[in-house]
Amino acid sequence: MSDLRDLYQELILDHGQKPRNRRAIDGCEQHESCRKADGHNPLCGDKLTLYLQTDGDEVADVSFEGAGCAIFTASSSLLTGALKGRTVDESRELMRTFLTMLTDEEVEPDPAALGKLAVFAGVREYPVRVKCASLAWRTLEAALDGAAEASTE
Amino acid sequence: MSFADDLKTSHTGHAEASHAPSRAESLLAGSLRPDFPIFRQRVRGKELIYLDSAASAQKPQVVLDTLHRFYAEGYANIHRGVYRLSEEATHIYEGTREKVRRFIGARETREIVFVRGTTEAINLLAHSFGRGVLDLGEGDEILITEMEHHSNIVPWQLLCEETGSKLVVAPMDDRGQLDLDAFAGLMGPRTKLVSVIHVSNAMGTVNPVKEMIRLAHERELPIIVDGAQAAPHVPVDVQDLDCDFYVFSGHKLYGPTGIGILYGRSELLQQMPPYQGGGDMIRSVTFEKTSYAPPPGRFEAGTPDIAGAIGLGSAIYYIESIGFDAIIEHERRLTAYGEQVLGEVPGLKMIGTAEEKVGVFSFVIDGVHPHDLGTILDGEGICIRAGHHCAQPVMEHFCVPATARASVGIYNTESDLDALAAGLRKCKELFGA
Repeated sequence: MSDLRDLYQELILDHGQKPRNRRAIDGCEQHESCRKADGHNPLCGDKLTLYLQTDGDEVADVSFEGAGCAIFTASSSLLTGALKGRTVDESRELMRTFLTMLTDEEVEPDPAALGKLAVFAGVREYPVRVKCASLAWRTLEAALDGAAEASTE
Repeated sequence: MSFADDLKTSHTGHAEASHAPSRAESLLAGSLRPDFPIFRQRVRGKELIYLDSAASAQKPQVVLDTLHRFYAEGYANIHRGVYRLSEEATHIYEGTREKVRRFIGARETREIVFVRGTTEAINLLAHSFGRGVLDLGEGDEILITEMEHHSNIVPWQLLCEETGSKLVVAPMDDRGQLDLDAFAGLMGPRTKLVSVIHVSNAMGTVNPVKEMIRLAHERELPIIVDGAQAAPHVPVDVQDLDCDFYVFSGHKLYGPTGIGILYGRSELLQQMPPYQGGGDMIRSVTFEKTSYAPPPGRFEAGTPDIAGAIGLGSAIYYIESIGFDAIIEHERRLTAYGEQVLGEVPGLKMIGTAEEKVGVFSFVIDGVHPHDLGTILDGEGICIRAGHHCAQPVMEHFCVPATARASVGIYNTESDLDALAAGLRKCKELFGA
């Protein structure tokens, strides 16, 4: 069980069971400064909608709707916490760092850049679960690029 | 002795099953495990506990030996060469067809078509029977059930899109049992074809297919039975069932991947146009006109999976040597035991609790997503499936996005199910659920 504890750390269990910012942003469609995108993992059926409200160059609010496994839910929840107050460019940079951590074993996770998100480093040991941890971030990428959908096919 | 001579007994012959009740006892004690080399490995230092036979079954050594020996000692293409190797390969391949005929009680050997698997068989039928023979059109109806695997939904939807026909779905109840009255009532004047699953892969429900076939035939409707999940668990006799088509896969039957069987009544197969064109399915070819070989060759274009077919023959021999009486008794006991030990796990809800079912346990646990269950159990060396099991309408019926599914095969024991129940308790503990 010890190696599983590396995957299912308290922070992941906590955010998996009590996700933060799981809500829609009201009237998102009516505001140019609000973007939304849908994410879908066809393999397991996980789905989410990500909302991103910007104020100038800054992320003013970010939230999601959707339910799935603990890794997916915690990843979505921690994403919302990590982005608020960052600029759009910083958000992209964080996304890249996070996805690199999930997929590239050569790269040591950088706790300074990742903060709480470093808790997902354990997912690397479980390749089939990488998609669970990355879906919200891929959806963020779609929202930033103005695409309506992202899929972790 | 040549490979071909060697196979004559084990392959074209018929294995005698040993005495059933004592055999079932020995199965419960795990007596078949040494036959399966996969169980020699350790997973993270633990014994491998394989509870995903509904997805695909493990292979006994005898099947692996057959594949190896065929390639090493007896391999050549079939139906072509005038030389001994090719002749012998053809002989074994066609001998396997006869073996399959006997295994499912078909009347004639030519009623057995080798395909890639159940999915290809149904696609073949949608094309060559649904369109080719029935000539389905606008407003015609195809009746299926709510518990179909995607492979018995999507090929029909493709055909419906093309022809304007309509898919009609017979409902099931909250135990995952077919509503037989509704099924009968849905066969109307526009119904042209019925296609049903014998045993549900998502829940293990055994459908009353014999009665369903009778009801379809009462209305003079042709009926296809998807036996992918049934063939490893119950003896199939297509003449007794009286179905028009019966399809199943080799890989769930302890045989190789890439091989499956389409059984079709001879008079229907003969009316069907080819599914794919190519070599081996023709009588003569000119640029002006080609005439096709009679079944089953008509449906076996190109070089088939010769080794796969021969490997399947070997798997059938292996199953026959155990005998279905013992297999059924073993599984009945494991099913009852599994229901008991899983029922004692707090917060576990079983999905699919049909009166008649095989050893498939589909369940959800409060507060732990099936994918997390799957990962944590994997850490214990336990293989289960988590997801929608290619049966999303079943998930929808029970309002769950996914379930965890454990399914048993001839190598499983009660202690495998004890390990599963213990693993699930650990999951709950980890999640504080």
